[in-house]
Amino acid sequence: MFGYYLDLAVRSLKRNKMLTALMIVTLALGIGASITTLAVLRLLSGDPLPQKSSRLFYPQLDPRPLDGYMAGQTKPDPMMTYQDAMYLLHARRATRQAAMAVLQSKIIPSQPNEHPYFADGMMTTADFFAMFDAPFQYGSGWSADDDDSRSAVVVISDFLNDKLFGGSNSVGKMLNIDDRQFRIIGVLKHWAPQPRFYAVALRGHDYGDGEALFMPLQTARSLDKGPGDVECFQDVTDLIHLETAPCEWLSVWVELNDSAAVTSYKSFLDGYVKEQISLGRFHRPETSLLNLMGWLSDQEVVPSDAQLQTYLAFGFLLICIVNTVALLLAKCLRRGREIGVRRALGATRGAIFTQFMVEAGIVGLTGGVLGLALAELGLMGVRHQPAEYASLARLDLQMFLVTFAVALVASLIAGLLPAWRACVIAPAPQLKAA
Amino acid sequence: MEIRPIFASLRKHRIPTLLIVLQIALACAVLCNAVFMISKRVSDIRLPNAIDEQEISVVDIQGTDPLQAASETSRNLAALRGIGGVEAVSVVHTMPLSQHNWGWSFGLSMDSVLSDEHNTNVTLYFVNQDFEKVLGTRLLQGRYFNSSEYADSTIGGGALPHTHVVVITDTLARQLWPDQPALGKTLYSKPNYYTVVGVVADVLRPDVYTSNRDKSYDDVFLPLSPDEVLHAYILRSAPMDRDRVIREAVAKLQQLSPQAVVEGVTYTSMREKYFANMRSMVWILVLVCVVMLAVTAFGIVGLTSFWVGQRRRQIGIRRAIGATRGDILNYFRTENFLLSSAGVLLGMLLAFGINLYLMRHYELDRMPWYYLPGGALALWVIGQLAVIGPAMRAASVPPVVATQSN
Repeated sequence: MFGYYLDLAVRSLKRNKMLTALMIVTLALGIGASITTLAVLRLLSGDPLPQKSSRLFYPQLDPRPLDGYMAGQTKPDPMMTYQDAMYLLHARRATRQAAMAVLQSKIIPSQPNEHPYFADGMMTTADFFAMFDAPFQYGSGWSADDDDSRSAVVVISDFLNDKLFGGSNSVGKMLNIDDRQFRIIGVLKHWAPQPRFYAVALRGHDYGDGEALFMPLQTARSLDKGPGDVECFQDVTDLIHLETAPCEWLSVWVELNDSAAVTSYKSFLDGYVKEQISLGRFHRPETSLLNLMGWLSDQEVVPSDAQLQTYLAFGFLLICIVNTVALLLAKCLRRGREIGVRRALGATRGAIFTQFMVEAGIVGLTGGVLGLALAELGLMGVRHQPAEYASLARLDLQMFLVTFAVALVASLIAGLLPAWRACVIAPAPQLKAA
Repeated sequence: MEIRPIFASLRKHRIPTLLIVLQIALACAVLCNAVFMISKRVSDIRLPNAIDEQEISVVDIQGTDPLQAASETSRNLAALRGIGGVEAVSVVHTMPLSQHNWGWSFGLSMDSVLSDEHNTNVTLYFVNQDFEKVLGTRLLQGRYFNSSEYADSTIGGGALPHTHVVVITDTLARQLWPDQPALGKTLYSKPNYYTVVGVVADVLRPDVYTSNRDKSYDDVFLPLSPDEVLHAYILRSAPMDRDRVIREAVAKLQQLSPQAVVEGVTYTSMREKYFANMRSMVWILVLVCVVMLAVTAFGIVGLTSFWVGQRRRQIGIRRAIGATRGDILNYFRTENFLLSSAGVLLGMLLAFGINLYLMRHYELDRMPWYYLPGGALALWVIGQLAVIGPAMRAASVPPVVATQSN
């Protein structure tokens, strides 16, 4: 039976080529635009570390003076002072914990005729790699001992290794960073969570390739390497000795395995703050322990522009669907006589309904295929834009399936009204009119 | 033109009529808001900046030995001055729209401290001699710094220089001291204080605030003697010389400091880079609008063609009893005008509602009233253009059709 409907549908679509083409193109344009923007939004708002994100938490304290504080309303600062970060690190109350700050490093190539260049990096502590599931291609990360002894070791990314050593195993080789020799102890496999959730204040570098190198925090500080961003809450006369300055510049992440661990860590944080208040060092009792996705939405990493754009695209898809409904309806209203004949020959209302839905479905699928091609074209356009996330705009398998689902659902919705109108047509008057 | 028969015919096809009205309404609502979003972004991209953007190039040098910075600065400046076509040279620590912000906050009373919530957050621009000649800043009141003020001003690893004079922007002056002259007034951040000696026309900050434009111009210029924080060499030249000047400047500085990282750009490309994401957004929005209008037009073409096909006999009869081609043409155009008008009315209400929603959730401004008639006009025009083809075909139906039975 389905084959017969299919045949009828194709015949009917062929009968009015112009109208069929208009319906398909309309639907395809709507799908193309909405899927393009949806793919960009998904890229921007996706989970950067799906296998681990529910176990990663971002503790926050508030060392600022009481002035301007409103209980329950003032959010704690996004970063932490050195003193507090080190306390949380050494307390070891979580499964894993690491402190980190962004770092800009000058890399001096060994070839004499090549100029030095800057690379984005992280200064962090030993647990970083295990906590964030950063996979190693060669070698490994450093140990807590390396942190304490300020070892001149470095972990580099796959792309830096490709650039400097042609992708070969460079563990044990020396690298000149900021006019100092570092021993490479590990090379990562490709690792670039989108967005780079672990660092605050990326100055718009939330997406992209990620860090080129990782260095022990204490080692970097012993070279006087400053972090990318410093937030001071009291007057400072000295920005060189950041360990003692009243400034926040570190991010701390902790790994907590279950909700009991989260509860106990939160009360540990509250207890620490209470103690600091009684010592007169802190004034605000607020603490916070957001999980990874909560932290991302708190920081509003996803540009609101991308959301607006997606609304717009779906508004546009709605217009396309309404348009398709109107065209399908116009088509079916003209076919009263055909329907009358089929009903008179014994076709049930269900059969007529199915026939029209099959017709709508064909329009939908064809529109979907064309829409997919348009979405690919749209994403190619996005990739040619200078925006920093642009190069990552791609359709994955899931989006591919979503596209077809959207196309089919959109066209079936569009087909519903005409099909219903068609099947309630009474056969007699139509036949009489003929 | 008699419109009663049109109404009668539309009433017979209630659902297609409603659908086309709904489609025009949606298109009108989305179009108004999209164009409003585009215009907001375009005006952000064009934010005025009172420096001579076309004449400035920036050559940034970093990764040198901090202890040598002071002595290297005058050597570097001299070397850059020697490049042909360079009219003036200076060195600063950051540029407008460079995304490298050095922020501080100041109060107006002597006991203002950094953490005071009532203080005004500003961008600090550390500048060296001749900055005004290279940037082309416009002095509105007072004076720039003299050479002894540059010589006395050092920073030494702190956050604020040891100087007591500042030049501020016009917007900041009016914000801090409304209706009062700013010259001679003092900014405090205990224990530092700074007297305003000059007011310049508005220069943008390294990062702009699109939701509150006035905040994008809160700058304080501080004189600074050569120091490691001053690493952006700025050069002024004729626009056509910029590329060559940058090439020669980069080569020269790299040669003087082989271990440093040297990068040169024109200021115009720096500005372009800052707004790159926004510009991409504008293009995507424009594209969606154009395609949306096209789809709306397709819909009108499709439906009208259909109606024409359906009414061939009716049209033939009207022609046979004396209707001219023009009458038939007018019939379809009037019909479209009525449909568009209904759609546009509904669409304006929808557009207004969407704008209210976006204002509440996305810090969007209120849409100026003229967007609504603008959108209406656009859809009327699109409708009339779309209907011309099918209407012409209707007008060409010969009267003889009336006698044929189908």
